[in-house]
Amino acid sequence: MNIPFFKFASLCYLLGTLSYLIHLVSLKNLLSRLGFTIVTIGFASHTLALLTRYFEAGYTPVTNLHESLSFFAWMIIGILLITNLKYKIKVMGSLLTPIALILMLFAFALPKEIVPLAPVLRSFWHPFHVTFAFLGNAIFALAFCCGVMYLIQEHQLKSKKMGAIAKRLPNLKVLDDLNYQALTFGFPLLTLGIITGAVWAEYAWGRYWGWDPKETWSLITWFLYAALLHQRLTVGWRGRKAAIMAIVGFMAILFTFLGVNLILPGLHAYSNW
Amino acid sequence: MELIVIGLSHKVTSIEIRERLAFKESEMAKALVQAQSFPSVKENMILSTCNRVEIYAASRETDKAILDLKNFLSQYHDLPLKDFEKNLYFFVGEEAVRHIFRVASSLDSMVIGEPQILGQIKSAYNIATESKSSGVILHRLLHRAFHVAKRVRTETKISNSAVSVSSVAVELAEKIFGTLEKRTVLLVGAGEMSELAARHLVSGGAEKILVTNRTYERAIALAEEFQGEAIRFEEMASGLKKADIVISATESPHYIIGHDQMAKVMKDRKQKPIFFIDIADPRDIEPRVGDIENVYLYNIDELQKVANENIKDREKEVERAEAIVQDEMVKFVQWYQSLEVTPTIVALRNKFEEIRSKELEKTLSLLPNLSEKEKQSLEMLTSSIINKILHGPLTRLKQKDEEVISDFYIDVIRTLFQLPDRSGKEEEE
Repeated sequence: MNIPFFKFASLCYLLGTLSYLIHLVSLKNLLSRLGFTIVTIGFASHTLALLTRYFEAGYTPVTNLHESLSFFAWMIIGILLITNLKYKIKVMGSLLTPIALILMLFAFALPKEIVPLAPVLRSFWHPFHVTFAFLGNAIFALAFCCGVMYLIQEHQLKSKKMGAIAKRLPNLKVLDDLNYQALTFGFPLLTLGIITGAVWAEYAWGRYWGWDPKETWSLITWFLYAALLHQRLTVGWRGRKAAIMAIVGFMAILFTFLGVNLILPGLHAYSNW
Repeated sequence: MELIVIGLSHKVTSIEIRERLAFKESEMAKALVQAQSFPSVKENMILSTCNRVEIYAASRETDKAILDLKNFLSQYHDLPLKDFEKNLYFFVGEEAVRHIFRVASSLDSMVIGEPQILGQIKSAYNIATESKSSGVILHRLLHRAFHVAKRVRTETKISNSAVSVSSVAVELAEKIFGTLEKRTVLLVGAGEMSELAARHLVSGGAEKILVTNRTYERAIALAEEFQGEAIRFEEMASGLKKADIVISATESPHYIIGHDQMAKVMKDRKQKPIFFIDIADPRDIEPRVGDIENVYLYNIDELQKVANENIKDREKEVERAEAIVQDEMVKFVQWYQSLEVTPTIVALRNKFEEIRSKELEKTLSLLPNLSEKEKQSLEMLTSSIINKILHGPLTRLKQKDEEVISDFYIDVIRTLFQLPDRSGKEEEE
């Protein structure tokens, strides 16, 4: 049952993306509301897909790349919907929905069958580890979008162009605030993700830390965000520097998440995909 | 019946005359009744704002009505007609409709696209309705005008962009800080220009004003006006540390704020963003200051450039708005032309005749055995029934004495009998 829900959610994200993108061009508010509604429906269906898969498989369905991508997309849309409650940044949907859509399309192309769980994944810590890690990643995806928008908007203001682009992007303050908020939520989650991972590794492999590529890269990512948080609090790294760091940090996350699986062999690659 | 607009506006008339001719809201009802008392004026309403004074009227004798209304303006305000006659404009018929639609859509405003005018027209219309000086034509016209204004607002981007230097400055500040609320403004130089700019920011929500000036006394005086704080010129750095927005307008021949100094201040500020507006000529702020991270520097020419670009954009939108006005004007004119008595009578007769002949045909086809004579009697019978029914209403319509009321009847008849008025279906608001 999980696949039809998954497909319907993907379709919703596609329609939501279209609706948001047309909104971006036309600035018709109706379209951003429509996009929001469609994406919310998609999110509900996606939640059902994860739940049914959980019951069908008997384990938290974040064990191969298809499941991880789908879970990541679900988190990103969840973050979009939550952010929308407080910050009315319509353009955010035009950025995050396509990202989720792309993740869904990759997930769609990958083997979707439920397979018996590898023994190493059968752990009390598994659901905690993946939830913390992916929630942190989704929040940093939001920070990444804020960073990109910040750099573009800052460039518009510095080069004294107040045209169509500047009109569509949010103000610098809200982008920087959101970047900081994302950091304050994302960083503890990332930390928890790494800690639960280490505890789990102790149970599974008999050591907390083994410099497996995934472990190494997640530590590098952690240091990047730790540096940003530190600089921000002490010498006021805000605005442009914080935006660049949010972008660099997310690149590191993507590499930790995908690059390591695809390029560097290691313990975290549980299946070919 | 023709529509008339007579009035004067900011475009052709000085503020002094506009003020002399303005109607106080409290006396509006009285003025409306007075204007209504001219036999040539069948309906009227008065729009009086700080930028325009206009009378909208419906009349059958337009030339007479225009003359009467001119004299009314002169007598009511006790101002000789020759003092303002050259400033008066008037529009009749289609052009009057177009003018009212343009005013309501803020196409004729001093600041095109500003939204207040619509509210002013609405309240003027309400007073006219209460005073019963507006009738079926003005009623329909004004509702149409509100509809047009709404279309223009939603279908064009006419009221979206800042077109004056000060509104561009406010817009930029909002792009940097989100809102002006809780923001501190530092005025460097206590001249008239900086005062003006500060007023704009304060009305936009800025909270605190700091003033620094070479002559400290003047800084104190200006700071008092805004309940702000004066800073000695030598201690400007402390102001730069606190301020979010700096407006500089001194007459100094050289730069007052330099790159290195500002770079140091930014460290003290922990990189909090700052927005400089340099309205001095020659410039007060070294242009390189704008290269520092989190510093945004605009001089007066750059603000003007942004404003000009917005004006250009808006001109395109104005064209689209004018097209909407044109479209709506044509529709409205079709409706009010249909208010003429003769076409209504013809349409009503046709409608009845159509029903009669259709029904007769049906009956005759059911009674194939009727003789020619019997058929003729049926023809006569049905014809005389509709003639008798129509006699009363048509006589009433043809009475020319009370035109306002007859317009009302025509409108009612057209609505009740669903006579086509060539303007199609109406979407009233």
